[in-house]
Amino acid sequence: MDVEAIVSNLPLYLEGLWITVQLVVLALAAGLVLSVPIAIAAASHNPLVYALPKTYIYFFRGTPLLVQMFIIYYGFAQFQAVQESFLWPVLKEAYWCALIAFTLNTAGYTSEILRGAIRQTAFGEIEAAKACGMSAALVYRRIILPSAFRRALPAYGNEVIFMLHGSAVAGVITIVDLFGAARIVNSRHFVPFESFITAGVFYLCLTFMIIWAFKRLEKRWFAYLRPREE
Amino acid sequence: MKKILTAAVTAAALILTGAASAKDWKTIRIGVEGAYPPFSSLTTSGQLVGFDIDIALALCKEIGATCSLVAQDWDGIIPSLLARKYDAIIASMSITEERKKKVAFTKKYYNTPAKFARKKGSGIEISKAGMAGKVVGVQRATTHDNFITEEFGDAVEIKRYGTQDEAYLDAVSGRVDLLLADSVAMDDGFLNTDNGKDWEFVGPGYSEVKYFGEGAGIAIRKQDQDLVDLFNKAIDAIRANGTYQKINAKYFEFDVYGQ
Repeated sequence: MDVEAIVSNLPLYLEGLWITVQLVVLALAAGLVLSVPIAIAAASHNPLVYALPKTYIYFFRGTPLLVQMFIIYYGFAQFQAVQESFLWPVLKEAYWCALIAFTLNTAGYTSEILRGAIRQTAFGEIEAAKACGMSAALVYRRIILPSAFRRALPAYGNEVIFMLHGSAVAGVITIVDLFGAARIVNSRHFVPFESFITAGVFYLCLTFMIIWAFKRLEKRWFAYLRPREE
Repeated sequence: MKKILTAAVTAAALILTGAASAKDWKTIRIGVEGAYPPFSSLTTSGQLVGFDIDIALALCKEIGATCSLVAQDWDGIIPSLLARKYDAIIASMSITEERKKKVAFTKKYYNTPAKFARKKGSGIEISKAGMAGKVVGVQRATTHDNFITEEFGDAVEIKRYGTQDEAYLDAVSGRVDLLLADSVAMDDGFLNTDNGKDWEFVGPGYSEVKYFGEGAGIAIRKQDQDLVDLFNKAIDAIRANGTYQKINAKYFEFDVYGQ
């Protein structure tokens, strides 16, 4: 075991950790915001409304994240028109390409989770709300979305963990994230076991934190399901 | 029970004899990269071609062994040698002190300087001031990576790629301002191709032994010293009998063996 190679490269790992956390948190936040309107549209019964969002969900769930990222990073850069457009300052940076790919990808999965949860809303609740005279928007805001978010929580916790693990593909397009840092350490010191196990431990710690946070959240949101304490 | 035991003993004996015959070096597996033209690349039909490949085959012929070529990504090329996926690396690997800690090297089989390249008309000068804030693309964990990190690391932004080809790709799309690579590899693999027609060499050739070692050698597991000797003898032989010069002439107009 070459501990020295790992210890001397800890700053590199920590920088990588910070990049990974940034990418995942920003992508999840932006993806969640995007996914709400997509999910509402996809849950519609009108083909004109659900066609586009469903195609979007189908595409991003149907292709690997790595392929999506390569299309955005290498694929778009192939066209002269893209290189001359106002988008280039953004697409030029590997960091932004990864962030865009992650956001669109997680938005696809989250939309599908939310769509399912929306469709599962008990019809009686919606009827009652309508009977009270609420508008469609108000029904969504007060009845459907709050209970849908609650039902989607366990599945969404899974998606957050998948996103964290999926973020390792950023290391392939020159970004020094956790996995990228491990690859640099490996190729400089030729210690594949030590370098990747270190990255693995960091990912494990992050995953534990996510699981803990979701447990707390579930305890709060599902409080009404627990037997009453004496 | 007895049957199983016999079977186990036979299997063990087979493995042992297998290991023993491999030690005679009748067959040698050689790790190559396949993404480093003109030294090593894949044709559209998936065939390995290049200077490294021809040298490898010539050396095998000289040794009198049957060789199989194994294409392996640069990042894992030394770990895979140590994991016995192949017995020797012929992949333009510079002989450096850091690598010598893990593997043994033969004598060099070529030595060419490293050079920077810039986009024509960009006017970037090779100095700390001239390169300040510029993005330099190199292949990760190569001698070029070490050199740019040590000498210019505080002035430039370094982008590290898994293969040299990926660095060329990002140079064309404008994501890097400068490339640092082996001058010959870059000349034939990029500047003289359609993709690299807008790029040109800039600055001097670098070959400091501290960074670039004494040239490219063949890496072999430390315990296989006999194979190192075989390859050393074979390198001398193909240098002497003209085979090396023939291969050299097939790819380059000058002698890549160096001084």
